[in-house]
Amino acid sequence: MAVDDAFDFKSPAEVAKALDGTGYLPDDGIATAAFLAMRMRRPLLCEGEPGTGKTALAQALASALGVDLIRLQCHEGIDAAQALYDWDFPRQLLHLRTLEAASGGELDAEAAESSLYTRRFLLARPLLRALQEAPCVLLVDEIDRADDEFEAFLLEVLSEYAVTIPEFGVVSAPEPPIVVLTSNRTREVHDALKRRCLYHWLEHPDLEREVAILRRRLPGLDERLAQQVAATLQRMRQMELLKPPGVAEALDWAQALQALGQDELDTEVAATTLGAVLKYREDAERVRAAGVLAAER
Amino acid sequence: MHTVTGLVGFARALRHSGMACGPTRVQAFLAAVEEVGLDRDALYWAGRLTLCSDPDDVPRYDAAFTAWFGGDGVSAEPVGRPQPRPSQIAALAPADAGAGAEGEDRPLAAAASDAEVLRRRDLSELGVAEREHLRRLLAVLRPDPPSRPALRRRPNQRGTLSSRATLREMLRSGGEPVRLRRQRRSHRPRRVVLLVDVSGSMSPYADALLRFAHVVVRRSPASTEVFTLGTRLTRVSRQLRQRDPEAALLAASHAVPDFSGGTRLGETLRVFLDRWGQRGIARGSVVVLFSDGWERGDATELADQMRRLRRLARAVIWANPHAGHDGYQPVQSGIVAAMPHVDRMVAGHSLRSLEDVWSWVRRLSRRGVGGAKCED
Repeated sequence: MAVDDAFDFKSPAEVAKALDGTGYLPDDGIATAAFLAMRMRRPLLCEGEPGTGKTALAQALASALGVDLIRLQCHEGIDAAQALYDWDFPRQLLHLRTLEAASGGELDAEAAESSLYTRRFLLARPLLRALQEAPCVLLVDEIDRADDEFEAFLLEVLSEYAVTIPEFGVVSAPEPPIVVLTSNRTREVHDALKRRCLYHWLEHPDLEREVAILRRRLPGLDERLAQQVAATLQRMRQMELLKPPGVAEALDWAQALQALGQDELDTEVAATTLGAVLKYREDAERVRAAGVLAAER
Repeated sequence: MHTVTGLVGFARALRHSGMACGPTRVQAFLAAVEEVGLDRDALYWAGRLTLCSDPDDVPRYDAAFTAWFGGDGVSAEPVGRPQPRPSQIAALAPADAGAGAEGEDRPLAAAASDAEVLRRRDLSELGVAEREHLRRLLAVLRPDPPSRPALRRRPNQRGTLSSRATLREMLRSGGEPVRLRRQRRSHRPRRVVLLVDVSGSMSPYADALLRFAHVVVRRSPASTEVFTLGTRLTRVSRQLRQRDPEAALLAASHAVPDFSGGTRLGETLRVFLDRWGQRGIARGSVVVLFSDGWERGDATELADQMRRLRRLARAVIWANPHAGHDGYQPVQSGIVAAMPHVDRMVAGHSLRSLEDVWSWVRRLSRRGVGGAKCED
């Protein structure tokens, strides 16, 4: 199968090349992490500052492999029905009514009920879809927002790659999906889950890589402007800001400057577009006061 | 050196440096090395991806990696010294009072009938026997975790109509709405963050406060976080999750590098908020700060950070041991700076007042959404 071949990378360098082809520039750590996740068939838990490219990694992997990305966004109170499957009650009810009307009062209850619990009325949520549609990339985004119970439930699904639907039977993935979990560390992920995963802590990219990312993602971006944006961001990250800007903010900023027709970052434009980078008034004030923007000339 | 033994030895060295890499991780490490080979960089990443599980692990891993694989030749395998197991686990009888000079003063103080007296005594003035007794009192404390309304609704006799459950019921009865199902909001534990000042001026209280924290953590491990403040910030939640109080306290004290040092409350609080608080740990939780407010650093920084903390947290309680003493005036620079940003200033100097702290945690947690945050 063509897809199988795509999964069969020989080294982290090959993975890096494939990711590079999709516009995601991985460093050695990310490339090795992705390589091992595919070879060892283990979920990959990515933690790091917001904006270091955790979610983007899953997207890039999916497009590099030419498979679907199935995304499960976690939130407080998420439960199995939202993550796994649910029955389409309104349609079931409608179906029942139709059967009733068609039978003219002679409805075989047993047959009617068994016709209700079929694939037709099953609403597959991301986890079930990932099992059904594997090979694919399953992104479990912001697992730290979900509750402990959900984490335990997820652990079960990820260790078996199969789920049992009582009315229906077992659905198992012929080939486990590639799973990427992300966490912003708002809460400690449980050790049991961590133990099952490869763990990668992502840092902000260095200057060189950030320039390369900017240039790759925004074709036509002036080389010097990319340099200036990346250098300013590097300096901002060294300051003690409430929210240090990530790669996403660098892209936003460069895009904003591009839209304004700038080919150079001067103090004035930088100050007016600062809202694309810093999202706290205190941070913006601190950056202005420190003269980070003025030093750009 | 690049044999399985060498790799396993490396993992063992990591374990001795305090990282939690058990056999499953070591197995994964070996499997990963098999995939990527023994090239130095590849080996580094194979180990980091499989053996680390926390950003705090990364510097330790880096150091161990250089020590083990880098430099000149094989480094001597660090000999794992077994952790000394404390002998006084849950001593039921009062400690031998004759041995301790402190204990001699009040030989009967630890008798069970004096429990109520002990509960009101200042933690810093306890003798050896009394401390022992206090440990027992703390161990039987069962602080119920505070709760908050959850997103999920649960079936209930009363409440709003649940269309899902009603429809499911209708399916069973052939489409007739025979019984209406109702649901109500469920409750979930509200997160509690305990920040314990372990600087020099607080050292008489540190042990008892950490024991209290241990009791709270054991009661609801998933919704409690404990940090120590001093010259640095240390997260000890993981250490305190161990069942045995002595082992937990020992592990926590190993983790804290700055016991009885100075205080830079404002700065450490900022580190807490930057690294943990803002991301979510402090968001919507009840934060209890155990400190006497002796700030060596800049008090304006403390005020700034307290303001920030209060904007994030559901409620901020300051437990100040001095507040329990007669004639106490909040004059320390830290306290003065922080006062406007605190929901409650309580004592927290005796067991009785710790129970009081906990009842405030529960009360402030319950307060209605629209309830004004009022100062006392």
